[in-house]
Amino acid sequence: MKISRLFKTIFMVDFITGLLIAIREIFKSKKTINYPFEKGKISPRFRGEHALRRYPNGEERCIACKLCEAVCPAQAITIESAERSDGSRKTTRYDIDMMKCIYCGLCEESCPVDAIVQGPNFEFSTETREELYYTKEKLLDNGDRWENILAANIKSDNPYR
Amino acid sequence: MEYINLVFEEVYKILFLLIPVLVSVAMIVWLDRRVWAFVQKRQGPNVVGPFGLLQSLADALKYIFKEIIIPASSNKVIFILAPIITMTLALIAWAVIPFGEGQVLANINVGILYIFAVSSLGVYGIIMGGWASNSKYPFLGSIRSAAQMVSYEVSIGIIIINVLLCVGSLNLSDIVLAQQNIWFIIPLFPMFVIFFISALAETNRPPFDLPEAEAELVAGYQTEYSGMMYAMFWLGEYANILLMCALGSILFLGGWLSPIDLYPFNLIPGVIWLILKILLLFVLFALVKAVVPRYRYDQLMRLGWKIFLPLSLTYVVLTASYLFYFNLLPTI
Repeated sequence: MKISRLFKTIFMVDFITGLLIAIREIFKSKKTINYPFEKGKISPRFRGEHALRRYPNGEERCIACKLCEAVCPAQAITIESAERSDGSRKTTRYDIDMMKCIYCGLCEESCPVDAIVQGPNFEFSTETREELYYTKEKLLDNGDRWENILAANIKSDNPYR
Repeated sequence: MEYINLVFEEVYKILFLLIPVLVSVAMIVWLDRRVWAFVQKRQGPNVVGPFGLLQSLADALKYIFKEIIIPASSNKVIFILAPIITMTLALIAWAVIPFGEGQVLANINVGILYIFAVSSLGVYGIIMGGWASNSKYPFLGSIRSAAQMVSYEVSIGIIIINVLLCVGSLNLSDIVLAQQNIWFIIPLFPMFVIFFISALAETNRPPFDLPEAEAELVAGYQTEYSGMMYAMFWLGEYANILLMCALGSILFLGGWLSPIDLYPFNLIPGVIWLILKILLLFVLFALVKAVVPRYRYDQLMRLGWKIFLPLSLTYVVLTASYLFYFNLLPTI
């Protein structure tokens, strides 16, 4: 035992084994990606930037039930509602403070009509704070822009709910 | 007029040497980071320029435009002088490195002693930087660095004696020419290994990077430095590493000589061979950095004084007796 240990020390067996392993690893495929040019795969359940969705006929889904406002643990959502001329209840204000939001996804879970959702977009950093106070227009715009992906994600996640 | 012409000629020669050295230092930093990344299965710097080759240039530009902060309680003259000394000493040693037969800036007959003296002085830059910062981490780092460089210089010196015994000259060109029949790495292989490890310690490379052990000492003697002054330390450090690689290839790997004296290898100019040998040694440096964990301070000292020193001394005796017994001692 002792002699083999001495042999290993003198001939630096462990060190050379380590070097050989390192040389082997050099030629293996890389585990990192060139981020801005290639992106990692994102689960359909990914909780990124918020969006307010519409029905296919262009009507807003949100019925101003304020469940999301109530459930929001960070109290990032502010909703004001009013009766519209056709008698339906609609939001007049739907603000999300993206700096307070903790991206827990509870708003999405609580929504009875799948109106507020969190999409796959996570690259919405801004240079000023003000740009992160999302208004109803911004959220609806997000919904219009990401609708295809959002609908596909909700559909693919549906069997597990 | 003649005098001025002479001065200009020398300046041209010096620039012709220093600019390639500085550029290769920048490239070598890229290579170091790239090899390190590849061992860890990362991509490494690959954005600036082709394969990220210009990364070091971008870093240097960034350092130039950064503010130089001089701590209020520091000794300002020495604080500013320290990186200048480190870089200058790392660069002037290149004067005696031969790149081919007769292709050397200063063909002095005590070249190896000159390199040894300059690299011993190198520790002053670090001590001065650490002391003048007037802060605890740089001070601890510079103390460690001083002790480490002094201990390992001893074993490097004795290893060099081994080579000199076989050559009979202190001139670096003579040392290379003495290896025409057989490279010294073959008869002196254990010395080459010890030289390599001592060179790691001498240049504060991992696993002997105790002076800048980031886990305990922030960045060691560089902690208080910023901007261009930090970049100069950094340049000096890598120029030193490159110098040690060059010294290793000259002492043991036959410098500019081609590995086999046959037709296709003869045509390649000696400079290319020297660069290839330096690169080979440097890649080994980089691999070692990726592979081994940092030594503890007492282990470092034990390795230097209790293992390398006796081993290299014994080998000196062995080499000398062998050369004497078989009457192979070089005639001076």
